[in-house]
Amino acid sequence: MAKIAPFSERQELLRVNAVDKVFPGDVQALRAMSLTVREGDFISLLGPSGCGKSTALRLIAGLSAPTSGRIEWAKTRAQGDLGVVFQEPTLMPWATVAQNVYLPFRLEGQPYNAVKDNVLEALKLVGLDKFQNAYPRELSGGMKMRVSIARAMVTQPELILMDEPFAALDEITRFKLNNDLLEMQARIGCTVIFVTHSVFESVFLSDRIVVMAARPGRVIEELHVDAPYPRNENFRTSAEYAAHCRAASQALELAMEAAA
Amino acid sequence: MSVADLNNQSAPTKAPTVDAEEARRARRRRIEKTARWLLPLLVMALMIWVWDRIVVWNEIPHFILPSPGRVWGSLTGDWAILWDSALLTGRITLMALAIAVIGGAGLAILFNQNKMVELSLYPYAVILQVTPVVAIAPLIFIYVESKTVGMLLCAWLVAFFPVLSSTTLGLNSVDHNLRDLFRIYGATRWQRLWMLQLPSALPYFLGGLKIAGGLSLIGAVVAELVAGTGGVGTGLAFRIQEAGYRLNIARMFAALAIVAAMGVFIFAALSLLSHMLLRKWHESAIKREH
Repeated sequence: MAKIAPFSERQELLRVNAVDKVFPGDVQALRAMSLTVREGDFISLLGPSGCGKSTALRLIAGLSAPTSGRIEWAKTRAQGDLGVVFQEPTLMPWATVAQNVYLPFRLEGQPYNAVKDNVLEALKLVGLDKFQNAYPRELSGGMKMRVSIARAMVTQPELILMDEPFAALDEITRFKLNNDLLEMQARIGCTVIFVTHSVFESVFLSDRIVVMAARPGRVIEELHVDAPYPRNENFRTSAEYAAHCRAASQALELAMEAAA
Repeated sequence: MSVADLNNQSAPTKAPTVDAEEARRARRRRIEKTARWLLPLLVMALMIWVWDRIVVWNEIPHFILPSPGRVWGSLTGDWAILWDSALLTGRITLMALAIAVIGGAGLAILFNQNKMVELSLYPYAVILQVTPVVAIAPLIFIYVESKTVGMLLCAWLVAFFPVLSSTTLGLNSVDHNLRDLFRIYGATRWQRLWMLQLPSALPYFLGGLKIAGGLSLIGAVVAELVAGTGGVGTGLAFRIQEAGYRLNIARMFAALAIVAAMGVFIFAALSLLSHMLLRKWHESAIKREH
């Protein structure tokens, strides 16, 4: 399993190069967005709604194509190199927890028995190995989101894209999942791009915060949160954390003014 | 109740008694459970009694309105004839339902996989559906030699559309995030159809199937009435018509009761099938606590 390299020694993973995205009706969702993502980064895209952060994620996922500019990958990718977590858990209600996590392998044509250990390991990682035979409707909102994360991590991808995954959860569940997510990322050694509109969440999780403004969606500022990992509840109550939150809030304020 | 709730139940907090509101609710549930089958039976008994009194008190002759007892007599006395006819009508109904399912679901999948085919054919599916089958049936029996095939065709015409339209709706109702997820993992068109669209469409398909079950019986009965006496046609609808010509009103009622019973049986069987297939995961099959 890949270990996350120190911040200054990371290899480039992908580059978003001067990307524009225009939707029909001349809606400029993204203007001249550039971003270099390196292996092991935890990047948050922070901004008000309509700033194009979800659009950026869809472009990187290959679900839509840029109007101009390019998304350049450092090396060619295979099917399981990318994991995605949406705002909703997005589980198949007719399938059990284990079958849901098995999905990425199933689509690759792998028989269940060949990857059973990976599936169970991913479930153990999110603390749900006892629920492998449960159906999604039997689980709470937080547990469903954990299944969704297990599914994204089961192929041990290089990059995981997360689109406001914890926005619909209560504060207590969200804090717990924030802690667990960092632990899981360290364990797997993957890169994460995380879309959020919460300043606190972005500071707690990321080493880089990309602050974006709306109409047209664009990057306003990039902040570096240089607090060391592993981070835990101590970091959440530290003066350092508060200072970073203040800086991110000010950048966000600037982004809101730029839009208005 | 979710698994999370189950975990949070710790042993010592077990309440020794149920409170007054819960007890009331439990009592109401018990009463409702009995009333669900008892009340309809009471209504039926009352109706039959009123019917009987009307016939007896007004001295209505049996060739105008037979008493319930006489209908019962016909049902048991003519049982051999009626049972044979019921088997024939039932066979046509089930065969028509089977091809309605294959044709309806098959067309829905075809339409879903190829937009051009859908655009070309969908208007004609609608036209077939909105034209009354009684109006098409005489033409069908002119061109189709076999009575059985003709009747099947009539019943199919009525029954296939609910399956087609509800399955089409289901195939298009896939969660868009799941669709994106399948794209990201490089799913083929068949994988998407088999693992995502068909399971998503299942509840919709079963809803259409329940409607199609009733309609295929209607189609079979209409077809028999139009097909008339020639050939194999001695189904229940034919019996009703025949008994009508002979002023054997009691047998008309008896045959009608069997047709109604068949309709109820088909609906109950399809509801059970639907429940068995969905009970593990679909919202419609989940009993709520409150």
